[in-house]
Amino acid sequence: MATIHPMTITEKILASHAKRKEVFPGDLIDARIDLALGNDITAPLAIQAFEEMGAKKVFHRDRVVLVPDHFAPAKDILSAEQCKVLRNFARAHRLTHYFEIGECGIEHALLPEKGLVLPGDVVIGADSHTCTYGAVGAFSTGVGSTDLAAVMVTGRLWFKVPESIKFIFYGKLNPWVSGKDLILFTIGQIGVDGALYQAMEFTGETIGKLPMEGRFTMANMAIEAGGKSGIFDPDQMTLQYVKKRATRPYKLYHSDPEAKYKEVYEYDASKIHPQVSLPHLPSNSKDVKEIKKIGIDQVVIGSCTNGRLEDLRVAAKILKGKKIAPSLRLIIIPATQEVYRQALKEGLLEIFLSAGAVISPPTCGPCLGGYMGVLAEGERSLATTNRNFRGRMGHAQSEVYLASPAVAAASAVKGRICHPDEVIRKGV
Amino acid sequence: MKLEGRVWKFGSDVDTDAIIPARYLNQTDPAELAKHAMEDERPEFIREVKKGDILVAEKNFGCGSSREHAPLALKAAGIACVIAASFARIFYRNGFNQGLPLLESSEASREIQDGDLVQVDLTTGEIFDLKQQKKYFAKPVPPFMQELIEDGGLIPHLRKRGLKGNK
Repeated sequence: MATIHPMTITEKILASHAKRKEVFPGDLIDARIDLALGNDITAPLAIQAFEEMGAKKVFHRDRVVLVPDHFAPAKDILSAEQCKVLRNFARAHRLTHYFEIGECGIEHALLPEKGLVLPGDVVIGADSHTCTYGAVGAFSTGVGSTDLAAVMVTGRLWFKVPESIKFIFYGKLNPWVSGKDLILFTIGQIGVDGALYQAMEFTGETIGKLPMEGRFTMANMAIEAGGKSGIFDPDQMTLQYVKKRATRPYKLYHSDPEAKYKEVYEYDASKIHPQVSLPHLPSNSKDVKEIKKIGIDQVVIGSCTNGRLEDLRVAAKILKGKKIAPSLRLIIIPATQEVYRQALKEGLLEIFLSAGAVISPPTCGPCLGGYMGVLAEGERSLATTNRNFRGRMGHAQSEVYLASPAVAAASAVKGRICHPDEVIRKGV
Repeated sequence: MKLEGRVWKFGSDVDTDAIIPARYLNQTDPAELAKHAMEDERPEFIREVKKGDILVAEKNFGCGSSREHAPLALKAAGIACVIAASFARIFYRNGFNQGLPLLESSEASREIQDGDLVQVDLTTGEIFDLKQQKKYFAKPVPPFMQELIEDGGLIPHLRKRGLKGNK
């Protein structure tokens, strides 16, 4: 048998989908796509392109997923028209996975929850945060609407095999430190283009103990460092998550110990404290304790980055029996209907309501300044979302600060950005 | 393929929310999107930009979301070409797919100033600043990519060449 050179998990997944024994970074490959995703913003353009191409049917009706989540439930007439485009297309092509709002949620929380994205998959989505699914050990990346249209027709797409960068985290996490803090810290270290075109592979003893929610959050924000994808080695925790959900067979891939990386970064997680990214780039991350007192008008807990059950549990732990600062608005957005239902069962929603929060149905909403919490001129929001670009959440002269659900909940109580220790003594 | 136009200069990490704010993404009409291109970043842009103008930016142009509305809006606004020190990955792919040529040159990105008149030859990758009388070289756009630009993007290109998708 000819020897195959040591490969990373990303290279192995891409090789298998291109029917090759091995691939090298820089290789251009034509790969089979396991799942393709579009939402109410990007799918209408893709559907237009699909029709312009004269295509008659999608490559597989189980493998093209449409999720109206950005401006759904429809925020205005134009958004309603866009949602209608998805609905009509889904009906016409008998798509198995079109999610009407009553069973819907934010795409990147919804698809893993429904067992539609699995270890070893190649997934593309016309949404930059499609990189989220690397958390289950899939190669997953964001594309535009034209590329989505091409995949809808052919079930294939060309890729340049990315170089990989390895991020090793060791040491015990400090109280209140989550996946969000690790990724904000990492982006702060390497910058918003520090992983441009590259696969970010997260590993190490700290990562091995990190719950799935934290892994989703980290993979989700790989794009904020310019990454093509973020990926985790699938382990027992992955299997436990995937096993009960999987809708089809899957395969686990692991990086070879001698695989080549463009760079290897090692971080002592015990030295990382709760982070906050100041406007207007995710890379402006600082220890919460380092920043001066910054008053805030609004706190948003939700999004594809941090709207999962574990995120809401942490927020509830801090908000239990407390009231938010009178000067402030707290918006909580469970990422999916399932998260919403479970939060209701566990009494989390009651805690939020008693604290003075408003609870939104699942939607991307305010994260991209769509609706359900848009900022006015001069306002400042602390959010568990993923981007703090100028005007991201509303007016061009408003500001967004990024942090974890723990920091967000604590800051909502204080009315200014603060460490959870200021509100509650014992960490999680 | 040769282009000539006035330069609109932007800085580093110009994100897709700056290129086309998400509040306008409830529709897909290029002319409507173009009305709001760079609106928060530089309000006069859309009033003064002319067909054939060239956008020059520093590193990581087009970072952020995957919205193909971004290159679509710039192209519909009249921008003929974007020159940057580097591009965010998804934007790069979307740009060519929409028929908007993108060139990478750190020197050109650093030296060319707002309002300069520049000539761009996509075939050779040559960028000539007429005002400063300085020449820069980017990687040329390969012939098949130039065809794609001439046809107006990947979809019209495929249609023109008779690829109709599956039946």
